[in-house]
Amino acid sequence: MLTPQTPFISIRNLTKAYGTFTVLHGIDLDIAEGEVVCVIGPSGSGKSTLIRCINHLEAFEPQSRIIVDGIAVEPGPALAKVRAEVGMVFQSFNLFPHMTVLRNVMLAPMRVRKTPEADAERKARELLARVGISEQADKYPGQLSGGQQQRVAIARALAMEPRVLLFDEPTSALDPEMVGEVLDVMRKLAGTGVTMVIVTHEMGFARQVADRVIFMDGGRLVETGTPTDIFDTPKEERTRGFLRAVLNH
Amino acid sequence: MNLINTFFNVPVLLGSMPQLLWGLVVTLQIGITSILIGLAGGLFLAVARLYAPAFVKGVIRVYIDIFRSIPLLVLLIVVYYALPFVGIRLSAFFSAVTALSLVSAAYTAEIFRAGIEAIPHGQFEASEALGLSNRYTMVDVILPQAVRIVIPPLTNNCINVMKDTALASVVAMPDLLKQATQAQALAANPTPLIGAAIIYVLLLWPMVAVVARLEKHFGRGKR
Repeated sequence: MLTPQTPFISIRNLTKAYGTFTVLHGIDLDIAEGEVVCVIGPSGSGKSTLIRCINHLEAFEPQSRIIVDGIAVEPGPALAKVRAEVGMVFQSFNLFPHMTVLRNVMLAPMRVRKTPEADAERKARELLARVGISEQADKYPGQLSGGQQQRVAIARALAMEPRVLLFDEPTSALDPEMVGEVLDVMRKLAGTGVTMVIVTHEMGFARQVADRVIFMDGGRLVETGTPTDIFDTPKEERTRGFLRAVLNH
Repeated sequence: MNLINTFFNVPVLLGSMPQLLWGLVVTLQIGITSILIGLAGGLFLAVARLYAPAFVKGVIRVYIDIFRSIPLLVLLIVVYYALPFVGIRLSAFFSAVTALSLVSAAYTAEIFRAGIEAIPHGQFEASEALGLSNRYTMVDVILPQAVRIVIPPLTNNCINVMKDTALASVVAMPDLLKQATQAQALAANPTPLIGAAIIYVLLLWPMVAVVARLEKHFGRGKR
């Protein structure tokens, strides 16, 4: 397991409430560069909200502090910099349906990084090959299977050459037979040095790929440790209960 | 026979035809100018309402509500007959275009707002997460998808603007209706009015048919 010197992502006292309902209760978390962190826990435990705060898709309470690569995550001009470095893959893919797969991947580099079109296209084709769908480049997202769409979404996020990738339950909307192809792509990514924070229900994947597993419940980090710590010798009763429920069926 | 001579008097119709066609040209000028200004203004209002500071949003909402409530005829008469008292003197043409554009922009803004709101929230989130600015999010992602949704209601609005150009005759604009009433007075025969009505229908029927087809097309979920 990596022990961070200066954390690449630093989260301090992260608190988030919808009205009177508190989703996150003052979470502290450090993530090192290149670390692969899997966040597990029951639905409603705040794990998606946690990673959506990292690129400020969710606003959080003013006393909370998130720093990514030395830049504070807060509304304002610096936010664009953070977002350019932090890629995100959503449960529901969120590809742009009116553009071809290739255009989906090319758009952000051309608009945000001002990459010339020819370079963006070359890069996009490279990435599509890397996620195994070069033949689909000129199709529209609606013509692809869920697994293919999610792989395009990963290529789209990679096109910005992010240093952090956030995955928000990337396989939860997929038919079972397509989960594997997406996890394979993510497994390969985990070896490339990019920092990954993955919210997932795929326990086997988490055990195999994560440097660190975080178990969340009720808006709190209940337990953190290596996959062996969490899956084989969980200390907290709530962790044990959750794992019993998800692994025994 | 008498009825035909009264309402469908061919010599009278042919005699007034050049005048009617000139009226049609004026109607088209007023209509198309107002539609274009209304479209641009409405799009601007809809997008500004999404991103502007709260105060500006409030002003835009009030604008939209007022100009959707005020009868167009009242607005036109205020612009043409009341504004000169404060030193704003607009020609009949510009009075008509101003009134029509102000109202059309309000309706168009509402149509665009509905279209933008119909786009799944995930599209905004994906754009944000990629670091796209608000401008690129709108231009590259949201509007191209929203436009397909709003084309039928926008076309409907264009039809309404075209029909409402007839109100310009009230401020002595020589549009199709005005020319027809003058020709009727001159010939002491209502045939020119019937002719004008037919021209309006011929002009707008194709647009009505197009809307019906578009609605059917988009209604099938083909997006």
